[in-house]
Amino acid sequence: METTYYIYNLIANSTTELIAAVIVAIIPLLFILPYALVAIYGELKISAFMQDKLGPMRTGPYGLLQPIAEVFKLLQKEDITPDAADKPLFNIAPVLIFVGSYAAFAVIPFSSYFAPSGLNVGIFFAMAISSLAVIAIMMGGWSSGNKFALLGAFRSVAQIVSYEIPAAMAVLGIAAMANTLNINTIIESQSGWFWNWFLFGGQGGIEKIWVIPFTVVMCVIYFISSLAECNRTPFDLVEGESELVAGYATEYSGMKYAMFYLAEYANMFVAAALITILFLGGWSSPLGDILNGPIWQLAWFVIKTMSIVFLQIWVRWTLPRIRVDQLMFVCWKVFLPISFVCFLAMALARMVQ
Amino acid sequence: MNNRKNTEVERMSLAEKAYLPEIARGLGLTLRRLFRPKMTRQYPEERWQPLGSYRGRPVLVKDSDGERCVACGLCARVCPALAIEVQAGETDKTKERYPAKFEINMLRCIYCGFCEEACPEEAIVMSPNYVFTTRSRNKAILDKEALLTPAEELKERLEFLKQFKNQ
Repeated sequence: METTYYIYNLIANSTTELIAAVIVAIIPLLFILPYALVAIYGELKISAFMQDKLGPMRTGPYGLLQPIAEVFKLLQKEDITPDAADKPLFNIAPVLIFVGSYAAFAVIPFSSYFAPSGLNVGIFFAMAISSLAVIAIMMGGWSSGNKFALLGAFRSVAQIVSYEIPAAMAVLGIAAMANTLNINTIIESQSGWFWNWFLFGGQGGIEKIWVIPFTVVMCVIYFISSLAECNRTPFDLVEGESELVAGYATEYSGMKYAMFYLAEYANMFVAAALITILFLGGWSSPLGDILNGPIWQLAWFVIKTMSIVFLQIWVRWTLPRIRVDQLMFVCWKVFLPISFVCFLAMALARMVQ
Repeated sequence: MNNRKNTEVERMSLAEKAYLPEIARGLGLTLRRLFRPKMTRQYPEERWQPLGSYRGRPVLVKDSDGERCVACGLCARVCPALAIEVQAGETDKTKERYPAKFEINMLRCIYCGFCEEACPEEAIVMSPNYVFTTRSRNKAILDKEALLTPAEELKERLEFLKQFKNQ
C-alpha cells in the first residue's frame, strides 16, 4: 500500500533519506521502552490483583514508578562476568536477544500510514528474525560456564524450535487464505466488520461458517505456541526457578539481565502483534469504516495487541508450569496434527471461495 | 481385559484430557479474583484495631486517683520469662503500698498474659498496642512512666477481663 511509507516520505522530503530511515527505525524503539514499563507495571499489578493483593503501592501514586525504580536498581547493580564465562559470547548474547525481537518490529505495521517496512515477505521475516532469540539464548546459556544456564538453554532451544512448527502452520494457513505474505495485504484482506477477521474465517458470506471452528482452533494453537516461543508460563520451564535457578539468565546481572528482561517483554509484544495481524485484523477497525482513520488505526492496533498481552499475563498467573515431557507431547502429538488438519481446511476454504 | 484403565490419565474423558475446559475455568477464576476487594492492609496508614481478647504489650492501669498496682509482686513471681521487676514502697493513701520501681523488659516479654491473670487488682493488663520497636536495647526496658496507661484507653480489654477472667 502506498501510504505505508507515509512518515518516511514526510521526513525524506524535508531532509535526506538516510535521516528518514534512521528516524523510522528508531520510532519502534521509542515505543518499546514505555511499553515495557507499562507491561511490567501491568504484570506486577495484575498478578497481585489475581492473588487478592494490592501489588506495588509505595513507589509513586499506586506504585506507578515501580518499573522505573526496577530499571534503576538493575542499572546500579554490579555487572559481573564470571571467570568461567566465554566473555565475548557472554556479552553479545543479551544484545543479540534484544536485536532479534527489535528487528521483528521492522515489519509490524502500527497503522496503515506507518510501518517501518512494507516488506513483501513480512510475516516470513517476522517468523525468521524472532528465531534469532534461540541463538542468543543458546549463546548466553553456553557461554555462562554454568550447568543450570546450559540446561536452561538446552530446554529453551528444544522448546522454541518445536513450537515454531505449529506456529508456522498457522501462519501458513493465514498466508494461504490471504494469498500473500505481505503483512499489509493480510490486514487489508480482513478489512470491514470484525466478522471479516481471519479468526472468524475471513471475508465471505454465511457459507464460510464451516471454516470458523478451524480458524478459531488455529488461533488458539498459534497463541499457545507463541507463549511457548516467548518462554512464558506455563512454558517457562526454561527458567523454572525451582529446578534451574534462572535458566540461561543465571549468571547475568545488572544491565545485561535487564536486556533479557526487556527482550522478553518486546517478544511478548511481537507475538501479540502477530496474533493481531494474523487473526484480529491488525490495525483495521472492528466497526467497518467507522473510526478507521490513521490515528484510530494506531489506537485499534495497540488496543488489540495490549489485550493479547493482557491475555498472556492472565494465563501466566493462572496456570502452573508444565513438565518437559508434557511440553513435547502437546507440541508434537497434539498441536502438529491438529494444525495440519486446520491448515487443510483453511486452504480448502481459499479454494472454494 | 476389562480393566486396563489403571492410571488417572486413562480414566479421564476426552474433554478432561483436552484440559482446555479446565484451563478456561481457571482463567475465569483468576478473572473474578481480579475484581474482588483486596485483602492487603496498607499498614502504617491503615491499622488493625485489635479486639478485647488481644494480648498486646502489657501496661499498668492508671485510674483517676493514680495507679492501681499495690506492688504485691505476683506478676513478677509468675512471669515465665522473668521480664518484670517490682520494688514496693509505702504511701499514706488508702492502699498503703505502691510500686517504687516497676520495670518490664520488653526484650524478654513473651506476651503470655500470666501477669494479668495473676494480678489481684487488675492493675497490669495486656493492652491492644502491638507496635513496639526501639532503636536501642536499653529503651526496651520500660519503666513505670512508660507503662502507666489511662483506664479509658484499655476499656475493651478491661470489659473482656470482667466477662471472662477467673471463669
